[in-house]
Amino acid sequence: MTPQEDVAETDERADSQEFVEEIEVHGHIVDSLILPKILDRILQMGGSFEIRKCEIGARRVDPSHARIAIRARDADLLAAILGDLVEHGATQVDVEDAKTVAADIAGAFPDQFYSTTNQQTQVRIAGRWIDVDDQEMDCGIAIDRSGRRARCVAMADVPLGLPIVVGHAGVRVIPTERSRDGDVFGFMGSAVSSEKPKAVSVRAVADSIRSTRAAGKKVLLVGGPAIIHTGSAGHVAALVRNGFIQKLFAGNALATHDIEQALMGTSLGVSISKGEAIEHGHQHHLRAINTIRRLGGIRAAVDKGVLTSGIMYECIKADVEFILAGSIRDDGPLPEVIVDTLRAQSLMRSAIKDVGLAIMVATALHSIAAGNLLPARVKVVCVDINPATVTKLLDRGSFQTVGLVTDAEPFLRGLAAELVGDIKT
Amino acid sequence: MKNPRILMCSPDFYGIEYEINPWMNTRVDADPARSLFQWRALVAILENLGATIERLEPARGLPDLVFTANAGIVYHNLFLSSRFRFEVRRGETPLFDRRFVDAGFRVESLPEGMFFEGAGDALFCGETLFAGYRFRSDALSQQWIGERLGVETLPLELVDPRYYHLDTCFCPLSSEQAIYYPGAFDDYGRSVLAARVDRLIEVHADEAVSFSCNAVVVGRTVILNDVSPRLKRDLEANGYTVRATPLSEFIKAGGSAKCLTFRIDGEDAASWKREAIRRLPPRPADPRKNDLHSPPES
Repeated sequence: MTPQEDVAETDERADSQEFVEEIEVHGHIVDSLILPKILDRILQMGGSFEIRKCEIGARRVDPSHARIAIRARDADLLAAILGDLVEHGATQVDVEDAKTVAADIAGAFPDQFYSTTNQQTQVRIAGRWIDVDDQEMDCGIAIDRSGRRARCVAMADVPLGLPIVVGHAGVRVIPTERSRDGDVFGFMGSAVSSEKPKAVSVRAVADSIRSTRAAGKKVLLVGGPAIIHTGSAGHVAALVRNGFIQKLFAGNALATHDIEQALMGTSLGVSISKGEAIEHGHQHHLRAINTIRRLGGIRAAVDKGVLTSGIMYECIKADVEFILAGSIRDDGPLPEVIVDTLRAQSLMRSAIKDVGLAIMVATALHSIAAGNLLPARVKVVCVDINPATVTKLLDRGSFQTVGLVTDAEPFLRGLAAELVGDIKT
Repeated sequence: MKNPRILMCSPDFYGIEYEINPWMNTRVDADPARSLFQWRALVAILENLGATIERLEPARGLPDLVFTANAGIVYHNLFLSSRFRFEVRRGETPLFDRRFVDAGFRVESLPEGMFFEGAGDALFCGETLFAGYRFRSDALSQQWIGERLGVETLPLELVDPRYYHLDTCFCPLSSEQAIYYPGAFDDYGRSVLAARVDRLIEVHADEAVSFSCNAVVVGRTVILNDVSPRLKRDLEANGYTVRATPLSEFIKAGGSAKCLTFRIDGEDAASWKREAIRRLPPRPADPRKNDLHSPPES
């Protein structure tokens, strides 16, 4: 599937036909017009259908066979449609309840656990299909004690005795519907391309941010330090200040160089305004980290009036949630950097729940980490000078991603100009 | 050509004892003497046409046993026994089954939970089995039968409760011709019949209510309760002789000439009759299938 097929507006999903059952119809269903009649009945009653399989008998005496998924807006309508179709010889495909096994070891799934995708998933419990909450790829599905709720759970978070779905019976994935309108995801013909008019793409991303905000969802920026190195900190700061970004996922480096620039005007020792290496500039980021550590953290530095500009400053001021996940090569790190990887992952998992759009700029590892957590309904725009970054995201299953192959600075400058108007950097 | 063999049951215990279709009204019972008179007249006409009437012993408490058309269907030497929708008629099945076992048929039943009312709802026209569903038989059972017999089976939805069996609104005359009442079918059913029967003779609403479609066909003779001059002309123009014989006492129960007869040797319109006896398709491996009363294999 190509990404534009898989991306749906969040608000489209709300009125989409969520209740699904499959039927089979068998026999001389073509010449008797039973098949067209059944399809007509589904539509007339207000449902929709998808023919999953259709085998037409080769000779007149050979029976034909069709398997049809029926969708309806609610369970009652679905039951009414099924009841009607049974009269015409349709049978409901045998469906089983999901099987669960209690976790026998904490922090691990039972063998044969069902491994999730990032697509909306339902499990059948006591004859009813229920939505799996907190959809995330590469997790297991836990059923709560009441048997009425199911959610994705990460391997490390499994407590002893938690009922975990095993096998594929009673589990189904509901493919994300196509986007109806021509947003950036419809516009981008291919997942990743350097051959698109950038201004149009940037405008489309700006429109997506507006529609995400209008739908009451949040915009997540996942950023790498190249945002600072390329002189884009001011653009991002403007976007944060003006309410276009509500969450930030990054590492020690982005925050460090942002603060280095704010305090000393350099990024990795290079003057942002002049583009020249400053003497002893290679120490600047360490001095910046040291300053913040001496003050007790980024928030403390802002509160004490030491840090007065930049992305991190704006995040503190605008109360934008930021999660800085550490890595083994970090200097310092800054006190807010979370060095426990599983804890960082868990915080990121909680933070993405109300995200409707993720913009990933100039970072491969943080993009993949965030991509792994996002359900398929969340749109992802990946901006990188290296097409391989987008490809890596796609390869790991974040196929709702569209990529823009471009330097971070022109993209962010264009985006800020679209959304904020003329800005000073 | 061999003599037609027709199973009939004398109306000794016939009457309107319950209401399972819009024609029945327990306050308007059938007159026993007139019923017997009308039934005997029908027998006489059929015998005159060279048919052998094989009689089924009447049974007290089974008033509708006279409607032998609903016993099941025959295909070569297989008798597929009915599964009646209404409990009040289910007592007929053992009597029919025993009769067909005795006559040398292999008797099989549909799986439990399916409803099928025999030649009332399943009529061959040419090589195709036209099958009514909704009020008595269900579509799933018709599909099951098509598969069991290995014949093309076209289920047709019946939409008017007065025409609750296919044989009340559709009657094959030969492998290419049939009479039918369009108002008993929906657009899909009418389209199927128009596409699959070469010559369709339409019966009007006022003719349909007098059971003009519920006709017995023996060779080129059509026997029915009542015939309008228009329909008579139509049938004669197609080479048929028409014999009307009053069956008003049976219409009180929603049946007429066709319902009172069962063609043991298969209807003339069924193409399989013309073929050499051929092997039946192998039995399905469906464990739900009841193979009742099979005669021992020789």
